[in-house]
Amino acid sequence: MSRLFVARNPRVAARSLDGEMMIMSGRDSTLFTLNKTATILWQAADGATPLDQIVEQRICAEFEVEPAQAQQDAETLARELASHEILQISEQPIAPVASNVSGESR
Amino acid sequence: MPQSAAEVDRLILVIEIGGMPVRVNTTDPEFLRMLQDRYAGFVSSSERVEAEFDVELTRPTFADAGESVRVTHRQGRWSLRRGDFQAEWDPTTRQGWIRQTANPYSIDAALRIVHTLLLARQGGLLLHSASAIRNGKAFLFAGVSGAGKTTISRLAPPDATLLTDEISYVRQLDTGYVAFGTPFTGELAKLGENVSAPVAALYLLVQGPENRIDPVAPGEAARSLLANVLFFAQDEQLVQAAFHSAFEFVSRVPVSRLTFVPDARVWELIR
Repeated sequence: MSRLFVARNPRVAARSLDGEMMIMSGRDSTLFTLNKTATILWQAADGATPLDQIVEQRICAEFEVEPAQAQQDAETLARELASHEILQISEQPIAPVASNVSGESR
Repeated sequence: MPQSAAEVDRLILVIEIGGMPVRVNTTDPEFLRMLQDRYAGFVSSSERVEAEFDVELTRPTFADAGESVRVTHRQGRWSLRRGDFQAEWDPTTRQGWIRQTANPYSIDAALRIVHTLLLARQGGLLLHSASAIRNGKAFLFAGVSGAGKTTISRLAPPDATLLTDEISYVRQLDTGYVAFGTPFTGELAKLGENVSAPVAALYLLVQGPENRIDPVAPGEAARSLLANVLFFAQDEQLVQAAFHSAFEFVSRVPVSRLTFVPDARVWELIR
């Protein structure tokens, strides 16, 4: 089974505010607010860590979820975020580029 | 009007909004007079300008001013297009041109866009909001069309100075955020006063059964602010700049929800 790698799209602007991650598409100015799971996935999406490892180490460790279901949900979520060009997904590691993510505003 | 404010002989007018002078050059005396009337109170004698435009007037057409605007950045130049005007502007040389018929609405739209570009580079914002100064402090009232921007402006007491009933001009200066008056009007059709004051609060307007102010969570504050920021450009860098400016703003300026019944008592809460 091929592994999936995910990376934050550097062409978006992102900001975490009181634990809430908000992302704006630089392409069409659409604003997305990520839930807790999506935020963990987004923050861990460094292009080098495989998605299954993110699920095991970050999502399953945080939530009481069955690993196979969590993996399936994470893939669905990653593909959805990729369809909005928030994330990049690949079966190969993704080279890092400068991002526009900023830390907590408050 | 002071002679230095508008050099009629040279057909030059400097329109200064938010402390950002923009020079407009025309060869048409009637058009110049139209602009002098339209921007009365915002005409400046400033030699230093942030942008300069040669206006080329075209013959009247049936071009649609309601057509959505398209603002793009290519090879260092901004291109502004709407049914009723075209413009280009080079931010490096600060020079540009506007091609339109002799009407005040097209250049008004072009100026709004140019000011969003100027502000974006400085952490400032143009907001869909009314604003007014009271007791030396500026208050912003944001909301979509129908939320009550015009109503709250109309209800302002005599000791409040209206900056705008439609589009607020906010700059980030060394001292903090400052709101300026603008000539950009909404339904009230009354130019704002050309004055400024530090921003004390942003209120998100809701009409309801009583007058009250409620706190707003930071995330909602940021989302609401972003929903009211004017930016026209299909440009990633500019979108990102506006995004981060909005977050910076909500981290420094109190944002609350102002529920109000449409009568003057609401201003008892705004001091």
